Amino acid sequence: MNKPRLAIIPGANCAGCDYSLLDLGEKVIEVLMAVDIAYWPTAADLKLEDLEKLPDGSIDLVLFEGAVNNDETEEMAKLARRKAKNLIAFGACACFGGIPGLANVASKDGILRKAYIKSLSTVNQQGTIPCKLTRLDGIELTIPEFLESVKSLDQVVNVDYYLPGCPPPLKLVAEALTAALSGKLPPKGTVFGSMKSVCDDCKRIREDKKITEIKRYHQLIPDPERCLFEQGIICMGPATRGGCDAVCPTVNVPCRGCMGPTPGSQDQGARMLSALSSVIGLEVETGVSDEEVRKLILQVKDPLGTFYRYSLPKSIMRRVWGVRE
Amino acid sequence: MVENFEPNIVVFACNWCSYAGMDLAGTSRIQYPHNLKVIRVMCSGRINPVYILEAFANGADGVLVTGCHPGDCHYISGNYKTRKRIILLERLLEQFGIEKERLRLEWVSASEGEKFANIAKEFVEQIRKLGPNHIAKELRKEVAVV
Repeated sequence: MNKPRLAIIPGANCAGCDYSLLDLGEKVIEVLMAVDIAYWPTAADLKLEDLEKLPDGSIDLVLFEGAVNNDETEEMAKLARRKAKNLIAFGACACFGGIPGLANVASKDGILRKAYIKSLSTVNQQGTIPCKLTRLDGIELTIPEFLESVKSLDQVVNVDYYLPGCPPPLKLVAEALTAALSGKLPPKGTVFGSMKSVCDDCKRIREDKKITEIKRYHQLIPDPERCLFEQGIICMGPATRGGCDAVCPTVNVPCRGCMGPTPGSQDQGARMLSALSSVIGLEVETGVSDEEVRKLILQVKDPLGTFYRYSLPKSIMRRVWGVRE
Repeated sequence: MVENFEPNIVVFACNWCSYAGMDLAGTSRIQYPHNLKVIRVMCSGRINPVYILEAFANGADGVLVTGCHPGDCHYISGNYKTRKRIILLERLLEQFGIEKERLRLEWVSASEGEKFANIAKEFVEQIRKLGPNHIAKELRKEVAVV
């Protein structure tokens, strides 16, 4: 067999990344013809044992989807690393923790109690909470156990390439697959994406205006030509890596930051905080009292949830500390 | 309160006003606590929130940001940006589980050596009451084995 081997290994994912592969359309057939699928539970009937049987380092390209949130996904991540010649963190969750990473605002116990006991739609009189090991009539049943914090893939194993996005943009998927299949992969550590921010891809007109009011998306119909940020809608564009051709702002939807931090910046939220503080405000702030400024800026109700929507586990603080719930 | 706890405090000082103010405190032989580690920057507006988050992540018990008084910024509007950033950052720190009292913004001009010394004393006492910042230790435990 001379075809390169490809495996797509899921972690804590939603399979949305698989869809982005299918979005390749007819090209996906070309890709599938060109490779030998070693493992892809969403689409191929291969079992985990088949993957385990392969020699270590024998899979040319492994795409790992999803965050690492429990001991099973952690095991899968380590397995992916062992078997892979080239390991790509595929999608926002694998790259930065993504949406599952928002679990880091709560504690492991708090999440379980909320989901299985406290939520309004739950009836659980005995207060049973899933646990790692259950013994029932002499049979031992095990299920994966949550980690204390959700992690990105590179916080568990070494990662060769990053392909961010939720889901990863088609153009970048094609670029990465072409590079891998033709053996022309860029230097290790490369992030597939642009070296600029989403704003650089965005065609909207920016007038360098200050905003005094932050609006929620449902409160207005945005002008299709002007910068969304300057219309008062929080758009993560300035703090987010480009490469997605600014698809969201193009269709009047603010950027949510799924491509992760801009190149060279460690912390997407801090970057956004700076950008926002420059845009929000009055044209002249001389003589404006601290109280007024406070009112203005604290219109941002949930900076953590907004700025770190996709990148909390990969941020400097990694999680919310000292949470009981 | 932890016995014998000596707060570890990072101070960011703008080159034009606050650093000169600190210098004045020194040349005027005004005593102030030794807990401060001063980092001079060209403007308070140059202080990336990343620096402050990094400081807390690496074990700072408090961060004091100082800049020129409103209207006095050498670069016209740097301190106005800082003012907004710090307010929002305080909110963000609270969300991360760090007491917002650990971060403070003060305007110190080049002639306010005494004011700076007083702020320093007061801030060190405030942090002493709050106790050590435990997050750095826990963060280190979190860091993966890669």
